[in-house]
Amino acid sequence: MVRTSLPVRWLLRLIAVGYVFLLVAWPVGLLVKHTFADGGSFLSDALSDERVLDALQLTAVVALWAVVINLVFGVTISILLVRYEFPGKRVLSALIDLPLSVSPVVVGLALLLAYNGRNGWFGPTLEDNGVQLIFNSPGMIMATCFVALPLIIREVVPVLHEIGDDQEQAARSLGANAPQTFWRITLPSIKWAVVYGVVLSLARSVGEFGAVKIVSGNITGRTQTATLMVEAKYQNFQQDTAYAISFLLILVSIACLVVVALLRPKKDH
Amino acid sequence: MSSALSGATIDAARPAPPEGRRPRRARRTTPRNTLGRGAGLGLGIAMVWFSILVLLPLSAVVAAAAEGGWGNYLDVLRNDQTWAAVTLTVGQAALVTVINIVVGTVIAWVLVRDRFWGKSLLDVIIDVPFALPTIVAGLVLLSLYGPNSPMGVHWAFTPNAVTLALAFVTLPFIVRTVQPVLEELETDVEEAAASLGAGRLTIFRRILLPSLTPAIAAGAALSFARAISEYGSLVLLSGNKPFETEVVSVRVLTFIENGSNASAAALASIMLFVALVVIVALDLVQRRVARRW
Repeated sequence: MVRTSLPVRWLLRLIAVGYVFLLVAWPVGLLVKHTFADGGSFLSDALSDERVLDALQLTAVVALWAVVINLVFGVTISILLVRYEFPGKRVLSALIDLPLSVSPVVVGLALLLAYNGRNGWFGPTLEDNGVQLIFNSPGMIMATCFVALPLIIREVVPVLHEIGDDQEQAARSLGANAPQTFWRITLPSIKWAVVYGVVLSLARSVGEFGAVKIVSGNITGRTQTATLMVEAKYQNFQQDTAYAISFLLILVSIACLVVVALLRPKKDH
Repeated sequence: MSSALSGATIDAARPAPPEGRRPRRARRTTPRNTLGRGAGLGLGIAMVWFSILVLLPLSAVVAAAAEGGWGNYLDVLRNDQTWAAVTLTVGQAALVTVINIVVGTVIAWVLVRDRFWGKSLLDVIIDVPFALPTIVAGLVLLSLYGPNSPMGVHWAFTPNAVTLALAFVTLPFIVRTVQPVLEELETDVEEAAASLGAGRLTIFRRILLPSLTPAIAAGAALSFARAISEYGSLVLLSGNKPFETEVVSVRVLTFIENGSNASAAALASIMLFVALVVIVALDLVQRRVARRW
Protein backbone atom coordinates (compact mmCIF):
# COMPACT_ATOMS: atom_id res chain seq x y z
CA MET A 1 0.00 0.00 0.00
CA VAL A 2 1.19 3.51 -0.74
CA ARG A 3 2.18 4.90 2.61
CA THR A 4 0.74 8.20 3.64
CA SER A 5 3.22 10.28 5.58
CA LEU A 6 2.70 10.25 9.32
CA PRO A 7 1.78 13.93 9.77
CA VAL A 8 -0.85 13.73 7.03
CA ARG A 9 -2.25 10.56 8.54
CA TRP A 10 -2.50 12.18 11.95
CA LEU A 11 -4.01 15.33 10.52
CA LEU A 12 -6.75 13.39 8.71
CA ARG A 13 -7.38 11.25 11.77
CA LEU A 14 -7.66 14.38 13.89
CA ILE A 15 -10.10 16.02 11.47
CA ALA A 16 -12.31 12.92 11.33
CA VAL A 17 -12.36 12.20 15.04
CA GLY A 18 -12.55 15.85 16.07
CA TYR A 19 -15.44 16.63 13.74
CA VAL A 20 -17.48 13.62 14.83
CA PHE A 21 -16.67 14.24 18.49
CA LEU A 22 -17.72 17.90 18.41
CA LEU A 23 -20.78 17.33 16.27
CA VAL A 24 -22.16 14.06 17.64
CA ALA A 25 -20.38 12.37 20.53
CA TRP A 26 -19.94 15.30 22.93
CA PRO A 27 -23.46 16.75 22.49
CA VAL A 28 -25.08 13.33 22.97
CA GLY A 29 -22.90 12.72 26.02
CA LEU A 30 -23.90 16.07 27.48
CA LEU A 31 -27.58 15.30 27.09
CA VAL A 32 -27.15 12.01 28.90
CA LYS A 33 -25.26 13.88 31.62
CA HIS A 34 -28.11 16.41 31.94
CA THR A 35 -30.60 13.57 32.31
CA PHE A 36 -28.70 12.14 35.25
CA ALA A 37 -27.69 15.50 36.72
CA ASP A 38 -30.05 14.78 39.58
CA GLY A 39 -29.10 11.16 40.00
CA GLY A 40 -31.81 9.74 37.78
CA SER A 41 -34.77 11.43 39.44
CA PHE A 42 -35.69 13.19 36.16
CA LEU A 43 -36.09 9.80 34.60
CA SER A 44 -38.14 8.29 37.39
CA ASP A 45 -40.30 11.44 37.61
CA ALA A 46 -40.96 11.30 33.89
CA LEU A 47 -41.75 7.61 33.98
CA SER A 48 -44.30 8.07 36.74
CA ASP A 49 -46.12 10.74 34.71
CA GLU A 50 -49.19 9.21 33.09
CA ARG A 51 -49.03 11.57 30.10
CA VAL A 52 -45.46 10.58 29.35
CA LEU A 53 -46.33 6.91 29.53
CA ASP A 54 -49.26 7.49 27.18
CA ALA A 55 -46.97 9.23 24.70
CA LEU A 56 -44.39 6.46 24.88
CA GLN A 57 -47.07 3.84 24.39
CA LEU A 58 -48.52 5.69 21.41
CA THR A 59 -45.06 5.94 19.83
CA ALA A 60 -44.57 2.20 20.31
CA VAL A 61 -47.94 1.33 18.77
CA VAL A 62 -47.51 3.66 15.77
CA ALA A 63 -43.95 2.49 15.16
CA LEU A 64 -44.87 -1.18 15.38
CA TRP A 65 -47.75 -0.86 12.94
CA ALA A 66 -45.63 1.16 10.53
CA VAL A 67 -42.82 -1.39 10.66
CA VAL A 68 -45.18 -4.34 10.10
CA ILE A 69 -46.85 -2.65 7.13
CA ASN A 70 -43.51 -1.62 5.64
CA LEU A 71 -42.16 -5.12 6.19
CA VAL A 72 -44.92 -6.77 4.16
CA PHE A 73 -44.90 -4.07 1.49
CA GLY A 74 -41.10 -3.87 1.37
CA VAL A 75 -40.47 -7.59 0.93
CA THR A 76 -43.21 -7.87 -1.70
CA ILE A 77 -41.93 -4.93 -3.75
CA SER A 78 -38.32 -6.07 -3.44
CA ILE A 79 -39.10 -9.50 -4.84
CA LEU A 80 -41.21 -8.00 -7.63
CA LEU A 81 -38.50 -5.50 -8.56
CA VAL A 82 -35.72 -8.07 -8.66
CA ARG A 83 -37.34 -11.27 -9.90
CA TYR A 84 -39.89 -9.99 -12.42
CA GLU A 85 -40.05 -7.79 -15.47
CA PHE A 86 -43.02 -5.52 -15.97
CA PRO A 87 -43.73 -2.22 -17.66
CA GLY A 88 -42.93 0.79 -15.52
CA LYS A 89 -40.48 -1.09 -13.33
CA ARG A 90 -37.75 1.52 -13.52
CA VAL A 91 -40.14 4.36 -12.72
CA LEU A 92 -41.45 2.44 -9.73
CA SER A 93 -37.94 1.70 -8.54
CA ALA A 94 -37.07 5.40 -8.68
CA LEU A 95 -40.35 6.48 -7.06
CA ILE A 96 -39.76 4.11 -4.14
CA ASP A 97 -36.76 6.29 -3.20
CA LEU A 98 -38.80 9.47 -3.23
CA PRO A 99 -39.75 9.38 0.48
CA LEU A 100 -36.05 9.55 1.37
CA SER A 101 -35.70 13.05 -0.01
CA VAL A 102 -39.17 14.48 0.59
CA SER A 103 -39.40 16.81 3.56
CA PRO A 104 -41.42 15.43 6.49
CA VAL A 105 -43.41 18.65 6.41
CA VAL A 106 -44.35 18.02 2.79
CA VAL A 107 -45.33 14.46 3.70
CA GLY A 108 -47.61 15.80 6.41
CA LEU A 109 -49.13 18.37 4.08
CA ALA A 110 -49.69 15.75 1.38
CA LEU A 111 -51.57 13.42 3.71
CA LEU A 112 -53.51 16.37 5.10
CA LEU A 113 -54.60 17.53 1.65
CA ALA A 114 -55.67 14.05 0.62
CA TYR A 115 -57.35 12.78 3.75
CA ASN A 116 -58.45 15.60 6.05
CA GLY A 117 -62.13 15.38 6.95
CA ARG A 118 -63.11 18.91 5.97
CA ASN A 119 -61.91 19.48 2.41
CA GLY A 120 -59.47 16.68 1.63
CA TRP A 121 -59.80 14.64 -1.56
CA PHE A 122 -61.04 11.52 0.23
CA GLY A 123 -61.42 12.72 3.82
CA PRO A 124 -65.12 13.67 3.80
CA THR A 125 -66.14 10.42 2.11
CA LEU A 126 -64.11 8.38 4.56
CA GLU A 127 -65.45 10.31 7.52
CA ASP A 128 -69.04 9.79 6.38
CA ASN A 129 -68.24 6.10 6.64
CA GLY A 130 -66.84 6.52 10.12
CA VAL A 131 -63.15 6.45 9.20
CA GLN A 132 -61.07 9.31 10.55
CA LEU A 133 -57.47 9.28 9.39
CA ILE A 134 -56.17 12.76 10.10
CA PHE A 135 -55.74 13.85 13.74
CA ASN A 136 -56.01 10.18 14.58
CA SER A 137 -53.62 7.25 14.86
CA PRO A 138 -54.22 5.73 11.37
CA GLY A 139 -53.00 8.98 9.82
CA MET A 140 -49.96 8.96 12.06
CA ILE A 141 -49.20 5.38 11.09
CA MET A 142 -49.48 6.38 7.41
CA ALA A 143 -47.11 9.33 7.89
CA THR A 144 -44.63 7.05 9.63
CA CYS A 145 -44.96 4.40 6.91
CA PHE A 146 -44.31 7.06 4.27
CA VAL A 147 -41.04 8.31 5.73
CA ALA A 148 -39.67 4.82 6.46
CA LEU A 149 -40.93 3.26 3.22
CA PRO A 150 -37.68 2.65 1.28
CA LEU A 151 -35.53 1.41 4.18
CA ILE A 152 -36.38 -2.30 4.02
CA ILE A 153 -36.44 -2.32 0.21
CA ARG A 154 -33.00 -0.70 0.08
CA GLU A 155 -31.59 -3.49 2.25
CA VAL A 156 -33.33 -6.43 0.59
CA VAL A 157 -33.00 -5.58 -3.13
CA PRO A 158 -29.17 -5.84 -3.33
CA VAL A 159 -29.18 -9.12 -1.42
CA LEU A 160 -31.80 -10.58 -3.74
CA HIS A 161 -29.63 -9.54 -6.69
CA GLU A 162 -26.60 -11.12 -5.11
CA ILE A 163 -28.06 -14.53 -4.30
CA GLY A 164 -29.56 -14.96 -7.76
CA ASP A 165 -32.50 -17.21 -8.46
CA ASP A 166 -30.76 -20.55 -9.05
CA GLN A 167 -31.99 -22.08 -5.82
CA GLU A 168 -35.51 -20.80 -6.36
CA GLN A 169 -35.56 -22.32 -9.83
CA ALA A 170 -34.23 -25.59 -8.46
CA ALA A 171 -36.93 -25.64 -5.80
CA ARG A 172 -39.59 -24.92 -8.37
CA SER A 173 -38.32 -27.60 -10.75
CA LEU A 174 -38.55 -30.08 -7.87
CA GLY A 175 -42.21 -29.24 -7.53
CA ALA A 176 -42.32 -26.56 -4.82
CA ASN A 177 -45.12 -24.07 -5.22
CA ALA A 178 -44.68 -20.30 -4.88
CA PRO A 179 -45.41 -20.04 -1.12
CA GLN A 180 -43.12 -23.00 -0.38
CA THR A 181 -40.33 -21.47 -2.42
CA PHE A 182 -40.76 -18.16 -0.63
CA TRP A 183 -40.84 -19.51 2.92
CA ARG A 184 -38.19 -22.21 2.50
CA ILE A 185 -35.73 -20.68 0.03
CA THR A 186 -36.11 -16.95 -0.53
CA LEU A 187 -36.91 -15.79 2.99
CA PRO A 188 -34.09 -17.67 4.76
CA SER A 189 -31.54 -16.22 2.35
CA ILE A 190 -32.70 -12.62 2.74
CA LYS A 191 -33.34 -13.03 6.48
CA TRP A 192 -30.53 -10.77 7.70
CA ALA A 193 -31.22 -8.04 5.18
CA VAL A 194 -34.84 -8.05 6.35
CA VAL A 195 -33.72 -7.84 9.97
CA TYR A 196 -31.48 -4.81 9.26
CA GLY A 197 -34.26 -3.17 7.34
CA VAL A 198 -36.72 -3.74 10.17
CA VAL A 199 -34.32 -2.39 12.79
CA LEU A 200 -33.58 0.70 10.71
CA SER A 201 -37.27 1.26 10.03
CA LEU A 202 -37.97 0.92 13.71
CA ALA A 203 -35.40 3.58 14.58
CA ARG A 204 -36.77 5.90 11.90
CA SER A 205 -40.40 5.26 12.89
CA VAL A 206 -39.85 5.86 16.60
CA GLY A 207 -38.10 9.12 15.81
CA GLU A 208 -40.46 10.59 13.22
CA PHE A 209 -41.45 14.12 14.11
CA GLY A 210 -42.37 16.59 11.37
CA ALA A 211 -44.88 14.54 9.40
CA VAL A 212 -46.52 13.16 12.53
CA LYS A 213 -46.76 16.65 14.02
CA ILE A 214 -48.87 17.88 11.11
CA VAL A 215 -51.01 14.79 10.72
CA SER A 216 -51.66 14.19 14.42
CA GLY A 217 -52.79 17.67 15.40
CA ASN A 218 -50.59 17.17 18.48
CA ILE A 219 -53.48 16.61 20.90
CA THR A 220 -52.05 16.04 24.39
CA GLY A 221 -52.93 12.66 25.81
CA ARG A 222 -54.46 11.43 22.57
CA THR A 223 -52.22 11.93 19.54
CA GLN A 224 -49.04 13.19 21.17
CA THR A 225 -46.12 10.87 20.51
CA ALA A 226 -42.88 10.84 22.46
CA THR A 227 -41.04 13.08 19.98
CA LEU A 228 -43.90 15.60 19.99
CA MET A 229 -43.86 15.57 23.76
CA VAL A 230 -40.14 16.39 23.82
CA GLU A 231 -40.89 19.57 21.89
CA ALA A 232 -43.91 20.48 24.02
CA LYS A 233 -42.15 19.86 27.33
CA TYR A 234 -39.04 21.75 26.28
CA GLN A 235 -41.02 24.77 25.17
CA ASN A 236 -43.05 24.59 28.39
CA PHE A 237 -39.84 24.95 30.42
CA GLN A 238 -40.18 21.40 31.70
CA GLN A 239 -36.75 20.66 30.37
CA ASP A 240 -36.06 17.84 32.80
CA THR A 241 -38.91 15.81 31.36
CA ALA A 242 -37.78 16.67 27.82
CA TYR A 243 -34.28 15.41 28.66
CA ALA A 244 -35.64 12.24 30.22
CA ILE A 245 -37.81 11.36 27.19
CA SER A 246 -34.95 12.25 24.85
CA PHE A 247 -32.69 9.95 26.81
CA LEU A 248 -35.13 7.08 26.33
CA LEU A 249 -35.34 7.84 22.59
CA ILE A 250 -31.53 7.95 22.36
CA LEU A 251 -31.41 4.56 24.09
CA VAL A 252 -33.79 3.08 21.51
CA SER A 253 -31.87 4.47 18.54
CA ILE A 254 -28.47 3.44 19.89
CA ALA A 255 -29.83 -0.02 20.68
CA CYS A 256 -30.97 -0.27 17.05
CA LEU A 257 -27.50 0.77 15.84
CA VAL A 258 -25.79 -1.74 18.10
CA VAL A 259 -28.06 -4.54 16.90
CA VAL A 260 -27.22 -3.69 13.28
CA ALA A 261 -23.50 -3.38 14.06
CA LEU A 262 -23.49 -6.76 15.81
CA LEU A 263 -25.44 -8.54 13.09
CA ARG A 264 -23.68 -6.98 10.12
CA PRO A 265 -20.36 -8.93 10.12
CA LYS A 266 -22.20 -12.25 10.10
CA LYS A 267 -23.48 -11.48 6.64
CA ASP A 268 -20.02 -10.84 5.24
CA HIS A 269 -18.54 -14.17 6.33
CA MET B 1 -26.34 0.67 6.89
CA SER B 2 -25.08 2.62 3.94
CA SER B 3 -27.80 1.27 1.77
CA ALA B 4 -30.50 2.51 4.03
CA LEU B 5 -29.04 5.94 4.24
CA SER B 6 -29.04 6.64 0.62
CA GLY B 7 -30.86 5.71 -2.47
CA ALA B 8 -27.82 5.29 -4.60
CA THR B 9 -25.43 3.69 -2.22
CA ILE B 10 -25.95 0.07 -2.94
CA ASP B 11 -25.80 0.26 -6.66
CA ALA B 12 -23.39 3.13 -6.90
CA ALA B 13 -21.07 1.85 -4.27
CA ARG B 14 -20.57 -1.79 -4.98
CA PRO B 15 -19.37 -3.13 -8.23
CA ALA B 16 -22.61 -4.36 -9.72
CA PRO B 17 -22.83 -8.09 -9.10
CA PRO B 18 -23.04 -10.17 -12.25
CA GLU B 19 -26.62 -11.10 -11.45
CA GLY B 20 -27.46 -7.44 -11.24
CA ARG B 21 -26.36 -7.02 -14.79
CA ARG B 22 -28.04 -9.96 -16.31
CA PRO B 23 -31.52 -8.44 -16.53
CA ARG B 24 -30.02 -5.44 -18.31
CA ARG B 25 -28.73 -7.61 -21.09
CA ALA B 26 -31.64 -9.98 -21.00
CA ARG B 27 -34.21 -7.23 -21.20
CA ARG B 28 -34.12 -7.20 -24.96
CA THR B 29 -34.67 -10.93 -25.38
CA THR B 30 -37.15 -11.84 -22.63
CA PRO B 31 -40.75 -10.69 -22.72
CA ARG B 32 -41.29 -7.34 -21.02
CA ASN B 33 -43.82 -8.76 -18.66
CA THR B 34 -42.93 -11.89 -16.69
CA LEU B 35 -45.56 -11.55 -13.98
CA GLY B 36 -47.58 -14.66 -13.23
CA ARG B 37 -51.07 -14.44 -11.79
CA GLY B 38 -49.93 -14.48 -8.16
CA ALA B 39 -47.13 -11.98 -8.70
CA GLY B 40 -49.48 -9.79 -10.70
CA LEU B 41 -51.95 -9.77 -7.83
CA GLY B 42 -49.12 -8.94 -5.42
CA LEU B 43 -48.00 -6.06 -7.60
CA GLY B 44 -51.57 -4.82 -7.84
CA ILE B 45 -52.08 -4.76 -4.07
CA ALA B 46 -48.68 -3.20 -3.50
CA MET B 47 -49.41 -0.51 -6.08
CA VAL B 48 -52.80 0.28 -4.52
CA TRP B 49 -51.13 0.79 -1.14
CA PHE B 50 -48.29 2.79 -2.72
CA SER B 51 -50.84 5.01 -4.45
CA ILE B 52 -52.91 5.54 -1.31
CA LEU B 53 -49.85 6.30 0.76
CA VAL B 54 -47.55 8.20 -1.60
CA LEU B 55 -48.80 8.95 -5.08
CA LEU B 56 -52.29 10.30 -4.33
CA PRO B 57 -51.26 12.55 -1.43
CA LEU B 58 -48.34 13.95 -3.42
CA SER B 59 -50.66 14.57 -6.38
CA ALA B 60 -52.97 16.38 -3.98
CA VAL B 61 -50.09 18.73 -3.17
CA VAL B 62 -49.36 19.35 -6.84
CA ALA B 63 -53.06 19.83 -7.60
CA ALA B 64 -53.53 22.27 -4.73
CA ALA B 65 -50.51 24.21 -5.93
CA ALA B 66 -51.69 24.20 -9.54
CA GLU B 67 -55.14 25.46 -8.56
CA GLY B 68 -53.68 28.86 -7.79
CA GLY B 69 -51.80 28.93 -11.09
CA TRP B 70 -48.52 30.74 -11.70
CA GLY B 71 -49.87 33.78 -9.87
CA ASN B 72 -49.94 31.76 -6.66
CA TYR B 73 -46.29 30.73 -7.06
CA LEU B 74 -45.27 34.31 -7.77
CA ASP B 75 -47.18 35.60 -4.75
CA VAL B 76 -45.59 33.04 -2.49
CA LEU B 77 -42.06 33.62 -3.74
CA ARG B 78 -42.44 37.41 -3.82
CA ASN B 79 -43.21 37.40 -0.12
CA ASP B 80 -40.00 38.73 1.47
CA GLN B 81 -40.13 36.39 4.42
CA THR B 82 -40.58 33.33 2.23
CA TRP B 83 -37.82 34.43 -0.14
CA ALA B 84 -35.48 34.95 2.83
CA ALA B 85 -36.30 31.41 4.00
CA VAL B 86 -35.62 29.99 0.54
CA THR B 87 -32.24 31.72 0.17
CA LEU B 88 -31.24 30.77 3.71
CA THR B 89 -32.18 27.12 3.17
CA VAL B 90 -30.47 26.78 -0.20
CA GLY B 91 -27.38 28.64 0.99
CA GLN B 92 -27.02 26.61 4.17
CA ALA B 93 -27.73 23.33 2.39
CA ALA B 94 -25.03 24.13 -0.17
CA LEU B 95 -22.56 25.14 2.55
CA VAL B 96 -23.22 21.97 4.53
CA THR B 97 -22.91 19.84 1.40
CA VAL B 98 -19.49 21.35 0.68
CA ILE B 99 -18.42 20.69 4.29
CA ASN B 100 -19.66 17.12 3.95
CA ILE B 101 -17.82 16.58 0.67
CA VAL B 102 -14.52 17.46 2.34
CA VAL B 103 -15.00 16.08 5.84
CA GLY B 104 -17.11 13.12 4.74
CA THR B 105 -14.46 11.97 2.29
CA VAL B 106 -11.76 12.40 4.95
CA ILE B 107 -13.80 10.37 7.46
CA ALA B 108 -14.42 7.64 4.88
CA TRP B 109 -10.70 7.52 4.07
CA VAL B 110 -9.78 7.32 7.74
CA LEU B 111 -12.33 4.54 8.32
CA VAL B 112 -11.02 2.46 5.42
CA ARG B 113 -7.28 3.10 5.22
CA ASP B 114 -6.27 4.13 8.71
CA ARG B 115 -5.99 1.93 11.79
CA PHE B 116 -6.24 3.22 15.31
CA TRP B 117 -7.82 2.44 18.64
CA GLY B 118 -11.51 3.28 18.69
CA LYS B 119 -12.02 3.18 14.94
CA SER B 120 -14.96 0.81 15.17
CA LEU B 121 -16.57 3.13 17.70
CA LEU B 122 -16.18 6.00 15.23
CA ASP B 123 -17.79 3.78 12.61
CA VAL B 124 -20.88 3.27 14.80
CA ILE B 125 -21.11 6.93 15.87
CA ILE B 126 -21.30 8.00 12.20
CA ASP B 127 -24.75 6.39 12.06
CA VAL B 128 -26.07 8.05 15.20
CA PRO B 129 -27.45 11.11 13.35
CA PHE B 130 -29.44 8.77 11.14
CA ALA B 131 -31.00 6.80 13.97
CA LEU B 132 -31.54 9.69 16.38
CA PRO B 133 -34.97 11.34 16.28
CA THR B 134 -34.54 14.76 14.70
CA ILE B 135 -36.15 16.63 17.60
CA VAL B 136 -33.68 14.93 19.94
CA ALA B 137 -30.86 15.92 17.58
CA GLY B 138 -31.85 19.55 18.09
CA LEU B 139 -31.97 19.14 21.84
CA VAL B 140 -28.62 17.36 21.87
CA LEU B 141 -26.92 20.12 19.88
CA LEU B 142 -28.51 22.70 22.14
CA SER B 143 -26.67 21.22 25.11
CA LEU B 144 -23.26 21.92 23.57
CA TYR B 145 -23.98 24.98 21.44
CA GLY B 146 -26.85 26.52 23.41
CA PRO B 147 -27.06 29.02 26.26
CA ASN B 148 -25.48 26.66 28.82
CA SER B 149 -22.66 25.57 26.55
CA PRO B 150 -19.64 24.24 28.44
CA MET B 151 -17.50 25.54 25.56
CA GLY B 152 -18.96 29.02 25.83
CA VAL B 153 -20.28 28.91 22.28
CA HIS B 154 -23.73 30.44 21.94
CA TRP B 155 -24.86 29.53 18.47
CA ALA B 156 -28.48 28.78 19.28
CA PHE B 157 -31.00 30.99 17.46
CA THR B 158 -28.38 32.24 14.98
CA PRO B 159 -27.81 31.14 11.36
CA ASN B 160 -24.87 29.09 12.68
CA ALA B 161 -27.42 26.91 14.46
CA VAL B 162 -28.96 26.06 11.09
CA THR B 163 -25.55 25.04 9.75
CA LEU B 164 -24.94 22.89 12.81
CA ALA B 165 -28.28 21.11 12.65
CA LEU B 166 -27.97 20.43 8.92
CA ALA B 167 -24.36 19.23 9.31
CA PHE B 168 -25.50 16.89 12.07
CA VAL B 169 -28.33 15.23 10.18
CA THR B 170 -26.40 14.92 6.88
CA LEU B 171 -23.17 13.59 8.39
CA PRO B 172 -23.60 9.92 7.36
CA PHE B 173 -24.52 10.44 3.71
CA ILE B 174 -21.17 11.02 2.01
CA VAL B 175 -19.25 8.85 4.47
CA ARG B 176 -21.55 5.92 3.77
CA THR B 177 -21.54 6.32 0.00
CA VAL B 178 -17.76 6.78 -0.31
CA GLN B 179 -16.69 4.18 2.25
CA PRO B 180 -17.75 1.02 0.36
CA VAL B 181 -16.24 2.29 -2.91
CA LEU B 182 -12.96 2.98 -1.16
CA GLU B 183 -13.06 -0.51 0.35
CA GLU B 184 -13.48 -2.13 -3.07
CA LEU B 185 -10.72 -0.04 -4.63
CA GLU B 186 -7.54 -2.00 -5.31
CA THR B 187 -4.42 -0.36 -3.98
CA ASP B 188 -2.15 -1.73 -6.71
CA VAL B 189 -3.03 1.06 -9.13
CA GLU B 190 -1.90 3.54 -6.52
CA GLU B 191 1.26 1.50 -5.94
CA ALA B 192 1.95 1.41 -9.67
CA ALA B 193 1.54 5.16 -9.86
CA ALA B 194 3.86 5.60 -6.89
CA SER B 195 6.48 3.31 -8.42
CA LEU B 196 6.35 5.40 -11.59
CA GLY B 197 7.22 8.42 -9.52
CA ALA B 198 3.84 10.06 -8.88
CA GLY B 199 3.66 12.15 -5.74
CA ARG B 200 1.00 11.58 -3.11
CA LEU B 201 -1.00 14.57 -4.23
CA THR B 202 -0.91 13.40 -7.83
CA ILE B 203 -2.04 9.93 -6.81
CA PHE B 204 -4.91 11.42 -4.87
CA ARG B 205 -5.92 13.76 -7.67
CA ARG B 206 -5.41 11.47 -10.65
CA ILE B 207 -6.28 8.05 -9.24
CA LEU B 208 -8.25 8.18 -6.02
CA LEU B 209 -10.48 11.16 -6.73
CA PRO B 210 -11.77 10.06 -10.18
CA SER B 211 -12.91 6.70 -8.82
CA LEU B 212 -14.58 8.31 -5.83
CA THR B 213 -16.30 11.12 -7.71
CA PRO B 214 -19.55 9.25 -8.55
CA ALA B 215 -19.95 8.12 -4.95
CA ILE B 216 -19.19 11.61 -3.67
CA ALA B 217 -21.70 13.06 -6.13
CA ALA B 218 -24.39 10.62 -5.03
CA GLY B 219 -23.73 11.36 -1.37
CA ALA B 220 -23.69 15.09 -2.03
CA ALA B 221 -27.05 14.95 -3.82
CA LEU B 222 -28.62 13.06 -0.92
CA SER B 223 -27.04 15.35 1.62
CA PHE B 224 -28.30 18.44 -0.23
CA ALA B 225 -31.82 17.01 -0.56
CA ARG B 226 -31.93 16.11 3.12
CA ALA B 227 -30.59 19.51 4.17
CA ILE B 228 -33.19 21.37 2.08
CA SER B 229 -36.03 19.39 3.62
CA GLU B 230 -34.87 19.33 7.23
CA TYR B 231 -37.34 20.36 9.88
CA GLY B 232 -37.23 18.50 13.21
CA SER B 233 -33.70 19.29 14.33
CA LEU B 234 -34.22 23.01 13.70
CA VAL B 235 -37.35 23.45 15.81
CA LEU B 236 -35.64 23.87 19.16
CA LEU B 237 -32.19 24.91 17.96
CA SER B 238 -32.75 27.71 15.49
CA GLY B 239 -35.66 29.51 17.13
CA ASN B 240 -37.29 29.94 13.70
CA LYS B 241 -36.76 33.71 13.57
CA PRO B 242 -38.20 35.20 10.38
CA PHE B 243 -35.53 36.59 8.02
CA GLU B 244 -32.80 35.09 10.13
CA THR B 245 -33.09 31.40 10.96
CA GLU B 246 -36.38 30.42 9.36
CA VAL B 247 -36.07 27.65 6.78
CA VAL B 248 -38.46 26.57 4.02
CA SER B 249 -39.96 23.64 5.96
CA VAL B 250 -40.89 25.94 8.81
CA ARG B 251 -42.43 28.36 6.31
CA VAL B 252 -44.57 25.55 4.89
CA LEU B 253 -45.67 24.59 8.38
CA THR B 254 -46.61 28.19 9.18
CA PHE B 255 -48.72 28.32 6.02
CA ILE B 256 -50.45 25.08 7.04
CA GLU B 257 -51.13 26.34 10.55
CA ASN B 258 -52.57 29.58 9.14
CA GLY B 259 -54.86 27.55 6.91
CA SER B 260 -53.37 28.90 3.66
CA ASN B 261 -53.04 25.50 2.06
CA ALA B 262 -52.54 26.91 -1.43
CA SER B 263 -49.38 28.78 -0.40
CA ALA B 264 -48.16 25.77 1.56
CA ALA B 265 -48.78 23.54 -1.45
CA ALA B 266 -46.98 25.95 -3.80
CA LEU B 267 -43.86 25.99 -1.64
CA ALA B 268 -44.12 22.26 -0.95
CA SER B 269 -44.40 21.47 -4.66
CA ILE B 270 -41.17 23.36 -5.30
CA MET B 271 -39.48 21.26 -2.60
CA LEU B 272 -41.00 18.17 -4.15
CA PHE B 273 -39.59 19.17 -7.53
CA VAL B 274 -36.11 19.50 -6.02
CA ALA B 275 -36.50 16.05 -4.46
CA LEU B 276 -37.50 14.60 -7.84
CA VAL B 277 -34.51 16.22 -9.56
CA VAL B 278 -32.23 14.64 -6.96
CA ILE B 279 -33.83 11.22 -7.47
CA VAL B 280 -33.40 11.45 -11.24
CA ALA B 281 -29.81 12.67 -10.88
CA LEU B 282 -29.06 9.76 -8.56
CA ASP B 283 -30.57 7.32 -11.01
CA LEU B 284 -28.34 8.69 -13.77
CA VAL B 285 -25.20 8.53 -11.61
CA GLN B 286 -26.15 5.00 -10.61
CA ARG B 287 -26.44 3.91 -14.24
CA ARG B 288 -23.16 5.55 -15.20
CA VAL B 289 -21.36 3.83 -12.36
CA ALA B 290 -22.96 0.49 -13.17
CA ARG B 291 -21.81 0.81 -16.77
CA ARG B 292 -18.24 1.55 -15.75
CA TRP B 293 -17.88 -1.65 -13.84
